[in-house]
Amino acid sequence: MTDAGAPGATGTQGHGNLPPLSLHVPEPKFRPGDTVDYSHIKVPPAGAQPRPDESCAASETHPLCLDLVRVLDDENRAVGPWNPKLDAETLRRMLRMMALTRAFDDRMYRGQRQGKTSFYMKCTGEEATSIAPAMALAHDDMVFPSYRQQGILITRGYPLVEMINQIYSNRADKLKGRQLPIMYSAPEHAFFTISGNLATQYPQAVGWAMASAIKGDTRIAATWIGEGSTAEGDFHSAMTFAAVYNAPVIFNVVNNQWAISSFSGFAGAERTTFAARAIGYGIAGLRVDGNDPLAVYAATQWAANRARANAGPTLIEHFTYRAEGHSTSDDPTQYRSAQEREEWPLGDPVTRLLRHLIALGEWSEEQHAAMDRELVDLVKAATREAEKNGVLGHGLHHPFHTMFEDVFEELPWHLREQSEQAIRERRIKWPEWSDESWRENGR
Amino acid sequence: MIEEAPVSLSEAPTRRLNMIEAINDALDLMMERDPDVVVMGEDVGYFGGVFRATAGLQKKYGKTRVFDTPISECGIIGVAVGMGAYGLRPVPEIQFADYIYPGLDQLVSEAARLRYRSAGGFIAPLTVRSPFGGGIFGGQTHSQSPEALFTHVAGIKTVVPSTPHDAKGLLIAAIEDNDPVIFFEPKRIYNGPFNGYYDKPVEPWSRHPDSAVPEGYYSIPLGKARIVRPGEAVTVLAYGTMVHVAEAVLREKGVDAEIIDLRTLVPLDIDTIEQSVRKTGKCLIVHEATRTSGFGAELSALVQERCFYHLEAPIERVTGFDTPYPHSLEWAYFPGPVRTHRLRNLRGQRRGDRYSPDHRSPRPENHHYPPAHPLCARPGIMLAGSA
Repeated sequence: MTDAGAPGATGTQGHGNLPPLSLHVPEPKFRPGDTVDYSHIKVPPAGAQPRPDESCAASETHPLCLDLVRVLDDENRAVGPWNPKLDAETLRRMLRMMALTRAFDDRMYRGQRQGKTSFYMKCTGEEATSIAPAMALAHDDMVFPSYRQQGILITRGYPLVEMINQIYSNRADKLKGRQLPIMYSAPEHAFFTISGNLATQYPQAVGWAMASAIKGDTRIAATWIGEGSTAEGDFHSAMTFAAVYNAPVIFNVVNNQWAISSFSGFAGAERTTFAARAIGYGIAGLRVDGNDPLAVYAATQWAANRARANAGPTLIEHFTYRAEGHSTSDDPTQYRSAQEREEWPLGDPVTRLLRHLIALGEWSEEQHAAMDRELVDLVKAATREAEKNGVLGHGLHHPFHTMFEDVFEELPWHLREQSEQAIRERRIKWPEWSDESWRENGR
Repeated sequence: MIEEAPVSLSEAPTRRLNMIEAINDALDLMMERDPDVVVMGEDVGYFGGVFRATAGLQKKYGKTRVFDTPISECGIIGVAVGMGAYGLRPVPEIQFADYIYPGLDQLVSEAARLRYRSAGGFIAPLTVRSPFGGGIFGGQTHSQSPEALFTHVAGIKTVVPSTPHDAKGLLIAAIEDNDPVIFFEPKRIYNGPFNGYYDKPVEPWSRHPDSAVPEGYYSIPLGKARIVRPGEAVTVLAYGTMVHVAEAVLREKGVDAEIIDLRTLVPLDIDTIEQSVRKTGKCLIVHEATRTSGFGAELSALVQERCFYHLEAPIERVTGFDTPYPHSLEWAYFPGPVRTHRLRNLRGQRRGDRYSPDHRSPRPENHHYPPAHPLCARPGIMLAGSA
């Protein structure tokens, strides 16, 4: 028998009468097959949350970090001090962007299943968390997204064909076929290059915002992260820097409950909210119904006005639900109950905005069905256009030598040698190969 | 390719500066010339840096261009990447190279990849300055030489100056470069060209010819090595502090060595290396960093691949040991004169008794190598080219 008191011993007896320590490993409430009951999630009435002045002390927002800012009520009305009072035209545009994003997601998901690309990520159920902020920000405010904010690009008018070219990694892909599908980059749309390494965009957004402040610019930065990635050190570095330098930046935490198969408890959600991280850093924080596009718009507008007035950064938690798998490589039926999506107490953002517009008398089911059909056709046409440039693995990709471009501004000798080697290897397989032959027949 | 610093410099008036002053001079000059250059890091602002490299800059350029940062290397590099994306040219300082690891993801996955993954849409024109290397009784957390971690990363340039003259010219080139540059400053030679004889007083920089630093602007292109001393007997590849150690030891032994200060590890001046090894037929690599997978391994492989038929002896490495940097046994760890003295390549290589130049390259195809070196007598080693 080992001596339980000795250093490194593995015995079960503690010292004297002390109880044995136990490790807490979080466990989600529901697993596959479980009946889902979300009664533990407190959903306060819409319109009940106070809206402090945008230049208020950060501490005035801190009660809101444990609350939930909501605008759309159960009768589909926009109520309370956070109502952004958008005109019908703007509301219809918001609905259209959300529906377009959903149609685009559906088409690209199918394209992946048909073997046209390797990978895709939908944002179903979370459309409001990217489209409403994109509409509330200025078009040249710099965004540092994570991988589920395709709604920003679509809202900013980035051509669907270009998105699909990137997803197919074809010869027209502006990123030269280098990035995993959906890792867009669009400098002219103030959309930063997406990284697969999580949370790295957070301190970068702060740096961009600091630079804007150093230069006396008026543009601000906004960044997005999933709740799971708030556990990364980059998140906390970013919060510290933003607080220290009062950087004009908006931090969005999209709390969609799931990080692949790990529920939000593994990022600390059992203890407090993600918005509450703002309290510790002394910056403004808001917790928002992420399936309420008007609440998301209002929160972004509040934070943008605050940043632009030199009143500092804001952390916004968007409380939402990832209605689909993490990506095309994921099967959520393996780890969570299929009922979760149906039972989610905050509903679906597209449906909620649609019902609001109908309640206003500014939209109808018929109009919506017609718009959905139109958008499906729009995406289909863009897809056909992009497929002319090739799909992944069918040979129509960027010229061979481009693999060695952009590692550095200029090609150093060792990469020049390696590119020559790559061309020699190419000719072993296709002796007739040349850049010219590639242009003609894709080889 | 074998060039000294730009010739026109000989005409410029010079001042005697130590390495810190030369670095400070470069930063001052670049901040003056380019309003987008910003300097940041732990203690670099009001205080002017723990090694004084940024002294006076905040007073001259203001708090929004020279500022202290939180103790977060991840944050410092990440913020610098964002500033670069905005259009600034940040020069962050990591107080000791040993502290750079929390910022590694931002360097490796972000700064180094930005240009490539965005197809040139975004760049990261940052210059990360960081004092590195040992010999100051810094223990294992203030002595490391992690350059090989960065030379392994596609998209980062790695620069190590060895004199005040080069430090200024290389730092200016690094700041102007549109790619991310790691600028490792050998802190042991900040104040004088330490030559490895730790029990003797260090000469001040003022007595060294390369402390004559031209006033005003000049840059030394990244990717150009410097021939410290031409020679015939053996090629010595070194950088940073070890340039001075190699110089002193070889002078003492009277070896007619060609000493090459690499200055830039990536991109590497392979032409200067190849020309020299083809001439001397021998290659000795000296670095302070740990041995296994150190940059010497890459150099050794390159020389072997490109100069094999000119080599008359195995390539040898003088390096630090594969242990953390020990505090009390610092000089037993440091690859100083004792370790360098014992090299086989240096035996019997006094001036005058070297092979005659025509005895070396190019060799006829049926040439038989002289089995001069004991290692060469081992089966297998002599196979190539000896048939």
